[in-house]
Amino acid sequence: MDFFDNVGAWIGYLWSPIGDWLLNADDAGHKLAVMVVAIVLFVVVMGAILLGVDRPKRVPGWVVSVGFVGPALLFLAFGLVYPALRTIYASFFNRNGTEYIGFDNYIQSFTQNEFQIVLRNTALWVILVPIVSTLIGLVYAVVVDRTRFEKLAKSLVFLPMAISMVGAGIIWRFMYEYRQESSDQTGLLNQLLVWIGLEPKQFLLDAPENNFFLILVFIWIQAGFAMTILSAAIRAIPDDIVEAGKLDGLYGLGMFRHITVPSIRPALVVVVTTIAMATLKVFDIVRTMTSGNFQTSVVANEFYVQSFRAQNAGLGAALAVILFVLVIPIVVYNVRQMRLAEEIR
Amino acid sequence: MTTTPTPPQAFEKKEKGEVPGGAPPGREKTEGRFERRAARAKKRLTSPWASGIAIVIAILWTIPTFGLFVTSFRPSGDIRRTGWWTILGDPQFTLENYQEAMTGSTRLIDFFVNSLVITLPAVFIPISIALLAAYAFAWIPFRGRNFLFVAVFALQIVPIQITMIPLLTQYVDWGLAGSFWTVWLSHSIFALPLAIFLLHNFMKDIPPSLVEAARVDGAGHVKIFFQVLLPLLVPAIAAFGIYQFLWVWNDLLVALVFGSSLDVRPLTVHIAELAGTRGQTWHLLSAGAFISMIVPVLVFVSLQRYFVRGMMAGSVKG
Repeated sequence: MDFFDNVGAWIGYLWSPIGDWLLNADDAGHKLAVMVVAIVLFVVVMGAILLGVDRPKRVPGWVVSVGFVGPALLFLAFGLVYPALRTIYASFFNRNGTEYIGFDNYIQSFTQNEFQIVLRNTALWVILVPIVSTLIGLVYAVVVDRTRFEKLAKSLVFLPMAISMVGAGIIWRFMYEYRQESSDQTGLLNQLLVWIGLEPKQFLLDAPENNFFLILVFIWIQAGFAMTILSAAIRAIPDDIVEAGKLDGLYGLGMFRHITVPSIRPALVVVVTTIAMATLKVFDIVRTMTSGNFQTSVVANEFYVQSFRAQNAGLGAALAVILFVLVIPIVVYNVRQMRLAEEIR
Repeated sequence: MTTTPTPPQAFEKKEKGEVPGGAPPGREKTEGRFERRAARAKKRLTSPWASGIAIVIAILWTIPTFGLFVTSFRPSGDIRRTGWWTILGDPQFTLENYQEAMTGSTRLIDFFVNSLVITLPAVFIPISIALLAAYAFAWIPFRGRNFLFVAVFALQIVPIQITMIPLLTQYVDWGLAGSFWTVWLSHSIFALPLAIFLLHNFMKDIPPSLVEAARVDGAGHVKIFFQVLLPLLVPAIAAFGIYQFLWVWNDLLVALVFGSSLDVRPLTVHIAELAGTRGQTWHLLSAGAFISMIVPVLVFVSLQRYFVRGMMAGSVKG
């Protein structure tokens, strides 16, 4: 028995510096080394699995499929399915999970004043962002279609898609920057207000209209997405339909209303629903610009606040479940429409 | 028509240049009110109005970024005193903001390294795992395959928020919390449903005869995967890889929850915190924002084609 105790002690003794080295990297070289170790480790493990199953004659077929699918299923079961079930379970318990409280967390989320504001804001976001950004994206896609500067024009509007929402939040906070009337404005929008003779405004502080100024940021980001998809859809409209429209004397706006829009309807639906899903989960913008203060919080932000700041795990879980339930109908509709769109093509 | 094929664009241009009056004269009389209005609308919309709208939107979309970009090169005193549009009268530029943001007390260079260290494995690991799974779903027949694939597909709708508290608890139990490992693992997990689904679609597009031929030659699945499918999938992998790279690089939520300690946090987390605690130090914030954007923008400019394709394919993720 001494022997095994010793082995255990030896493993512990040998492991602790290795574990320490792997877990606590504090300078650049060390971090990069840990990264390389992680990748090599991953390659070695996956290589071993594949080598183990790569004997077509000697191992049964199911071993091969487990070798290929197993890692993915393990990750998903551990990281998505199980935690999601745990969260649903936890949403029926109090703030530290010690007492079963039934639907109280949900009732609180739907009835308390501050949470009703959160739900109202979320509804505003989910309605406004998809509609407005799709409209702008559509108009822009039509007016730049087949012009000389099409590529550049599209890049300019698409660029906000490429940067982080944190970056976008900072860009727009600077646009909204407020100075007292007596001093020079440094935010462009307030300067514009002053130039036309109005008083500067606290864009991000004055509720409830501050919500619209946050929503504008996400519209600014998503219009590029809408434009790109819709532009491709416009390109795909069969020439004979366009020709027929022209023969019927349709031009400009008439063409837009009677030919372009009906032809790309499936793409429009996909764009609107896809943006709606992204909007429902929007967190970064609110977090960066107001941290959800001044009555600007949305469900995804409130989830973060309750779970990791207010340490109310039960309520946080309930908010996550609400997010999940809200997103399901949009996803189902989106997938259906995407299928339809593919069939048409 | 000549024998030289006309490039389609030249044809389009001619069509666009057509004026309403170009229609056959007989039709003019029968034109109803609607047609006349439409013709007028066309005149309005094609050149000046359409270009006008395009220019206005393009300018509106560019100015916010441009303003902060200009600001990031202005001396900090000037930034506090006047708006960035005043540079026209008093052009003063400096690189000091970037220097201070990178190496001063904010030490963004450290967080830049963190972003890089987080991102590379968080792209490589999920794509590798997803490629294998996608191969199995596409080309290895096994019992319950369809059911499992539909299940994986359905997992795309699970918002990552719903997994976070239990995952964090688990990481704490294992003693991994606050290390790069939890961030890598989380990003890998969250990327899988979409990655498997998309790569599976691409794998299905490959002609079965190729796979069959290799199988007849006696190749096992591993050999088919590496020698037949992988080379054909390079564009798909590139598109999804770029998408995942930018998703991880730009991510705030996952990093905030699993890797917010100073030794791990990426640029996004640190800059978001600077915005919260030092919201008026615009010379640092502006430079910091652009330091965090430079990598995505470079990727965007150099690999635009793949980028847009990946972005479109991945738009459902959340």
